[in-house]
Amino acid sequence: MKQMNNMPRKKANPKTFGRVIKLLYSYYPKLLPLTAFCILFSSASAAVPDLLIQQIIAVIEKWYKTGDWASAYPEILPKILFLIGLYVVSLAAVIVYTQFMAYITQGFLNKLRCTMFDGMQNLPIRFFDTHKHGDIMSYYTNDIDTLRQLVSQSLPALIRAGAVVICVLGIMLYFSVWMTLIVLAGVAVIMLVSKKVGGGSAKYFIRQQKSLGRAEGFIQEMMNGQKVIKVFCHEEECKADFDKINDALCEDSCKAHAYANILGPIIQNIGNILYVLVAVAGGLFLISDVPNVGFSGMAFSISIVVPFLNMTKQFTGNVNQLTQQINSIVMGMAGAERIFALMDEAAEADDGYVTLVNAEIDENGNVKETPKHTGKWAWKHPHGDGTITYTPLCGDVRLFDVDFGYVEGKTVLHNVSVYAEPGQKVAFVGATGAGKTTITNLINRFYDIADGKIRYDGININKIKKSDLRRSLGIVLQETNLFTGTVMENIRYGNLEATDEECINAAILAGADDFITRLPNGYDTELTNNGANLSQGQRQLIAIARAAVADPPVMIMDEATSSIDTRTESIVQRGMDQLMKGRTVFVIAHRLSTVKNSDVIMVLENGSIIERGTHDELIAQKGKYYQLYTGAFELE
Amino acid sequence: MIKRLAKCVREYKAASILTLIFIVGEAILETFIPFITADLVNRIKNGTDMTEILKTGLLLAVMACISLACGGIAGFTCAKASTGFAKNLRKDMLYKIQSFTFHNIDKFSSSSLVTRMTTDVTNVQMSFMMIIRTAIRSPLMLIFSIVMAYVMGGALATAFVVVIPVLAFGLYMVSRKAMPAFRRVFKKYDRLNESIEENVRAMRVVKGFSREEYEKKKFGDAAEDICGDFTRAERIVALNTPLMQLCMNFNMVFVLFIGSKMTIESMGTTVDVGQISAMLTYGMQILMSLMMLSMIYVMITMSAESAKRICEVLDEVPSLSEAENPVREIKDGSIDFNDVSFKYSKTAKKNALSDINIHIKSGMTVGIIGGTGSGKSSLVQLIPRLYDVTEGNVQVGGIDVKEYDVKLLRDSVAMVLQKNLLFSGTIKENLRWGNENATDQELIEACRLAQADEFVSIFPDGYDTKIEQGGTNVSGGQKQRLCIARALLKKPKILILDDSTSAVDTKTDSLIRKGFKEYIPETTKIIIAQRVSSVEDADMIIVMENGRIADCGTHGELLERCDIYCEIYKQQTNGGDSDEANE
Repeated sequence: MKQMNNMPRKKANPKTFGRVIKLLYSYYPKLLPLTAFCILFSSASAAVPDLLIQQIIAVIEKWYKTGDWASAYPEILPKILFLIGLYVVSLAAVIVYTQFMAYITQGFLNKLRCTMFDGMQNLPIRFFDTHKHGDIMSYYTNDIDTLRQLVSQSLPALIRAGAVVICVLGIMLYFSVWMTLIVLAGVAVIMLVSKKVGGGSAKYFIRQQKSLGRAEGFIQEMMNGQKVIKVFCHEEECKADFDKINDALCEDSCKAHAYANILGPIIQNIGNILYVLVAVAGGLFLISDVPNVGFSGMAFSISIVVPFLNMTKQFTGNVNQLTQQINSIVMGMAGAERIFALMDEAAEADDGYVTLVNAEIDENGNVKETPKHTGKWAWKHPHGDGTITYTPLCGDVRLFDVDFGYVEGKTVLHNVSVYAEPGQKVAFVGATGAGKTTITNLINRFYDIADGKIRYDGININKIKKSDLRRSLGIVLQETNLFTGTVMENIRYGNLEATDEECINAAILAGADDFITRLPNGYDTELTNNGANLSQGQRQLIAIARAAVADPPVMIMDEATSSIDTRTESIVQRGMDQLMKGRTVFVIAHRLSTVKNSDVIMVLENGSIIERGTHDELIAQKGKYYQLYTGAFELE
Repeated sequence: MIKRLAKCVREYKAASILTLIFIVGEAILETFIPFITADLVNRIKNGTDMTEILKTGLLLAVMACISLACGGIAGFTCAKASTGFAKNLRKDMLYKIQSFTFHNIDKFSSSSLVTRMTTDVTNVQMSFMMIIRTAIRSPLMLIFSIVMAYVMGGALATAFVVVIPVLAFGLYMVSRKAMPAFRRVFKKYDRLNESIEENVRAMRVVKGFSREEYEKKKFGDAAEDICGDFTRAERIVALNTPLMQLCMNFNMVFVLFIGSKMTIESMGTTVDVGQISAMLTYGMQILMSLMMLSMIYVMITMSAESAKRICEVLDEVPSLSEAENPVREIKDGSIDFNDVSFKYSKTAKKNALSDINIHIKSGMTVGIIGGTGSGKSSLVQLIPRLYDVTEGNVQVGGIDVKEYDVKLLRDSVAMVLQKNLLFSGTIKENLRWGNENATDQELIEACRLAQADEFVSIFPDGYDTKIEQGGTNVSGGQKQRLCIARALLKKPKILILDDSTSAVDTKTDSLIRKGFKEYIPETTKIIIAQRVSSVEDADMIIVMENGRIADCGTHGELLERCDIYCEIYKQQTNGGDSDEANE
């Protein structure tokens, strides 16, 4: 049912189908052929009993007038035993393939999910900034669902029906080409009709899809705005608007389902009529003595016409089964295409070769690499000539004449230069869209600069391995994101090797220990849904503790306190001040009170730094900062 | 529950019943067509002359056409009934939700309401379709086939005595085992998807801490676990096919072997060849119907969860009681809280508000200040009856708010909510929420008062600028000012701003307040704020703490005697965020 929410956006590409099969095969190189074989075997063996039944009935017809069971028995028994044997073997094949199919389907989906997720972790931040979260989620829900239907239902049906159709076609040709042509003509009609009706159904499914999207959007907006609706007594208008959208949705989905529902009876009954045609044609052939053409070379006789009728039935039945799968195949292909598109997204490139290592520094300032944790770090810089130099990690970050744009040709930062010496606090102030967050995005290389250079402890940051660069930078964002798990696990996210004690110390430093110990289960309290059971300020404190346990030399605080009320902020601020001590810190803040004591304040406007200096200097300048500080401008 | 949902079928009852009828017609034809085809084969076999064959053929063709018509009509009415039913479900839910009070709204999260109105409705629609298509047809086919099998096959039909119970029991066991397994794994699956969402949302944190590998492992483990559960559940269901096949095979062998013995021994008197083949056909049909029934059973139980969630919404009783003889006029904008206490739910241990006594004269400006969770929003929400008091009473214009017509009350009390929203549509359309009939001139005036006119007129499309869903294309400060303008258009007797200027700079903020004083002096204004500057010139400032009024007075009075107020004031002025500097 969910598949319908995800109707084909474009025509299925045969290459996509091939890729699905290839992928399946690569996951299950032995199981897949074995399963296919079992499916083929069981469907082939389904044709044999008909022959046996014919033979048994012939035996009965031969003997029933005599009433001599004893003489008939030896003739019937071997046939019955053969039938039983066949059934046992075919049953075994069915058990094997249904069980394997269950295993393969789920395993395939699981591997696909994991591949997608693993690939997604390596995608650049740009991908997440340019795709809606809902869209990303639908890869994992809707698209995977369409593939589930495809693999578990359509593929076996395809193999089965395909095998039967080919077998039956062969036998029919063996008997009589003329009559086969009649059957094929009928099948052509069936195909034509199913294409027409099926196409109509697909068209309306797409429309239904759009209406559904519109209805969902409306519902979502109204549910979120329900309180506003109440306050404005807007209930009736809301109802009237919804009725319109709802009616349109109903109409489209009614048409889509009607087409889909009608397809079955149409094909079945065309099959019935075809049956009549074949019977009549057979009768005519018998009477008119037309010379038969067939691989068997048999002349027309009842023994050809009668089995032919059965085969017609089988043939159309299987064609019908195939058409039933068309919708799910088309939808599966659309899902697969989207999934492959995600898997084919280019991963975040990382050419960095400078790594962060544990270091020992002797009294002469010589740096030595060591495997054990010393609390001191150094950049290990291998050079082209084979030598390796070590630079102690200090936290000196400099930007020289940096230009940058999210979209090519549209620069949002112009000529930005910032020098942050170890232990300094650098603040960015400016309106939304002035480029404050963009600068921090460049320092940790979520995005790469277009022009200029950035040096970290004198090293070009493009040379530093991204994971090591980011390990040396702590970030606390305005939007706190906590993970499902205990408070302790959330703090430890900053440093997976941290002991419980270290985590608690970090919490104490951040000023979070106090409230955590008062939670029902203290540090073992389970957080769900992004810490919904905590207040905004409490969540922020945990995020600060998380950054503290990582103990990075450089910190980025992006509007870390702006959604907290002033009273709570004073508590959080204490935690932040503790954390900032002795580190290079980049602060982006909404409230100027937070940045007042910075070593340098940069005022940004439209991507350029228009003022820089200490608080007192900037106030004395009576420029933009002064206006902001005195409340003449809003900071949104 | 079923009764409750059945009420929503309404105007689609006819289509539903027609579906049942035509499906039955189709089913009857479907059972007869094999007869005729067998007859046709026999005729050809026996060398009957062509006219007879043509006659039978024509009969068959006619029957096929009728069957096609029945099937086609049923397919259409079925689509109409099921989609119409779904439409009614959505409509009923939305209408119900419109009658919800804030209490009811708090109970359901908005995302859960969205799922209920979309995914859950689709699930129920699908099983409704299944039910009207097969609920009568399958049992009918079953009974019909059994009867026919006995009539035709006589003693041979005893095969079913063995097969039917075995298959029925087997199918029952499979669904009973599989369903709870599926339900469990679906819950886990939902959680897995939530964890993906969590990961996507927190991608900056993940990358910031270089935790990609850790996340992969965490996800891989959880996915592996779920895959195992899924496979186990699916493998149980996979037993259905071989079970079905086993029964069919048994039936086949039994009928053939015993049948041929009986035929030959009785010389075709008790059983004949025709009966054997009839038995084979009916056997197949019986087993197919059983299979269908088990599928319906599974489908219904699976969608029962969705149905339950829909019923929860439909059965929710709006907690607001309307006055019997509502007062239809509000005298003025005076507000009185008399010994009010309030809890969000009856079971809550702690009061959100206690011992509130406030008396506000019409036309006064009142500021409310206090930390998060101190009860500021709770307090003002009692005035337009967004919630009802637990004890005591709230009066507007000297009359208990419960006595008023709710619509009148809410139209006279304009409230700008803390979590405010603009809807998708133009700025004009959004403003007209306040007053549908407002002229363009009135819109502009309201916007001037809210200091919004200036930026709106800079927009290329002015008042016809489209607002995106959630109002993402205007800044926070602009959104707040538009929301204030929207509230002003109601020409309210009481205007409540719940922290509605937090993103507006202090200068504009004071201009807005100045405008209020000059242009709507008779309106009572209640302003909740974080900033002292937003409330300090109010006639009265209420300081809230822990759901109680800590103090109440003018700015000067509070500075002298209220510690909490002083603390807030000191902190903000030190931070330089006060507007003293520019006055």
